[in-house]
Amino acid sequence: MRAAVVSRTLTYLSLVAAAAVVVLPLLVVFLTSLKTPEEMAGGGGALSLPGNPLNFGNYATAFEDGRMLSAFANTAVILLFAIAGTVLIGSMTAYAIDRFRFRFRKLVVGLFLVAAMVPGVTTQVATFQIVDSFGMVNSRLAPIVLYMGTDIVSIYIFLQFIRSIPVSLDESARLEGANSFTIYRKIIFPLLRPAVATVVIVKGVTVYNDFYIPFLYMPSDDLGTMSTALFRFKGPYGAHWETISAGTVLVILPTLAVFLFLQRYIYNGFMRGATK
Amino acid sequence: MTALRRRPAGGGAVPWLFLAVPLALLITFTYAPVANMVAYSFTDWDGLSPELNYVGTENYSDLFTRSELFEVFFVSGYYLAASAVQIALALYFATVLSFNVRFRNFFKGVLFFPYLVNGVAIGFVFLYFFQDGGTLDALFGLFGDEPDRAWLGDSTSANASLAGVSVWRFMGLNFVLFLGAIQSVPGELYEAAELDGANRWQQFRHIIAPGIRPVISLSVILAISGSLAVFEIPYVMTGGATGTETFVIQTVDLAFTFNKTGLASAAAVVLLLIVLAVTWVQRALVPDDKAGDLV
Repeated sequence: MRAAVVSRTLTYLSLVAAAAVVVLPLLVVFLTSLKTPEEMAGGGGALSLPGNPLNFGNYATAFEDGRMLSAFANTAVILLFAIAGTVLIGSMTAYAIDRFRFRFRKLVVGLFLVAAMVPGVTTQVATFQIVDSFGMVNSRLAPIVLYMGTDIVSIYIFLQFIRSIPVSLDESARLEGANSFTIYRKIIFPLLRPAVATVVIVKGVTVYNDFYIPFLYMPSDDLGTMSTALFRFKGPYGAHWETISAGTVLVILPTLAVFLFLQRYIYNGFMRGATK
Repeated sequence: MTALRRRPAGGGAVPWLFLAVPLALLITFTYAPVANMVAYSFTDWDGLSPELNYVGTENYSDLFTRSELFEVFFVSGYYLAASAVQIALALYFATVLSFNVRFRNFFKGVLFFPYLVNGVAIGFVFLYFFQDGGTLDALFGLFGDEPDRAWLGDSTSANASLAGVSVWRFMGLNFVLFLGAIQSVPGELYEAAELDGANRWQQFRHIIAPGIRPVISLSVILAISGSLAVFEIPYVMTGGATGTETFVIQTVDLAFTFNKTGLASAAAVVLLLIVLAVTWVQRALVPDDKAGDLV
């Protein structure tokens, strides 16, 4: 009996310790974002509380001088088009591969399979030249096209799901005179909704957080995303941790909000996304 | 095979209409770059001028003989060690939280959340954490200890700190994957084991571990290829200074700062080959029926 109590206590202790390790670094940055430059210089230490807990001045600086507003808009546009494109491309590919038997089908499947093993970070050296030759560098088009064109995981998720939709549905629609496009649009796509939810969540988080692609393809100061705009805080605000902290909190807050509202879907989404 | 029982629909040009855009994107942004990259790796191209010369395997011999280019592989070692810690921690917390625990959902959410956070934001959070007079120093201060050391100041300490950040960031994904796998083990197995008097450790060893083997092997592979492709955290936090340069940082710098596209391509080809080899070994060790299922 005593052993059980001890082990239970240790279990809770380890959980609380882990939670503290996760929360503390974030909490300190939040506290720092509410401090005035004078408080920062005053040497109260990183763990001291801000004098005025409603001092949002640093957020205003981050928003205006740090161009977080335009970064937010750019990220929203990229998210919207990249996700819509990924859903369309993934579901169309899955429909063609699963519902038709055509020449070179195995070759096509093989192309997608092998591509899934090529990590994107390695090929950017050469991808850059291609994107550049299309004149897409320094436009929002580059990340949009790259996000929707190189996402094999989504295709897998759609393929897994489309198989569970009975072919008899297609057939009876066909008997009533529907063609393949109508079947895809009116029957298959609406039934793919759970898969769409998974792809939207996984893709949304990936795109929102991605730094590498906007960093390489949108180097212009006028074209920031949440990641790159925050990264650019490093130069001008190098010593102003209160401003950097405010920018950091601004980037994390939307993620926290989405997580709190969609928790269940997010766990499921990542479980499905990662084990494919 | 599930695929065979189905009567293929019409065929003809229709599937190709659906596949035209996806295939065009796939070839333009995956296969063409790989082909170009291999071609560039045998040249001295700078990425800008119209002129390029064939240099044979010079770039590759540079990579393996010039020690400053080769050193980045040692940095991967820190991240590899960190991923072992990460997987062990994830296993522990997944096991603990698969049993009845108070505030289970709270702990689950807190442990997973870092995985969702933006990498640049994490970089700044921990830059402040390790800063002189930052969070970590202040914490030591609470215990009356004033360690006057720059955590990111020397190579060993900096790499260990950065690898620690990577554990903080990625543990949550492993944890949620393990938890999902554990919960798909039928509950009666635990009940039966408990009736037989098995303790937690025995339950873990004989019921949980075998049930989640595939997910563990997947995590190990992701960890290996992940530790070779580390970029964001060290790039944001140190920019690759004080011996924290990783393979990808070096490649990006070679290509986009020093305009050595040829050499950078050779480096990228090497990394690609390593990642493909690791994946291939995994496929060979753990036969994955999903891949076969697609065809």
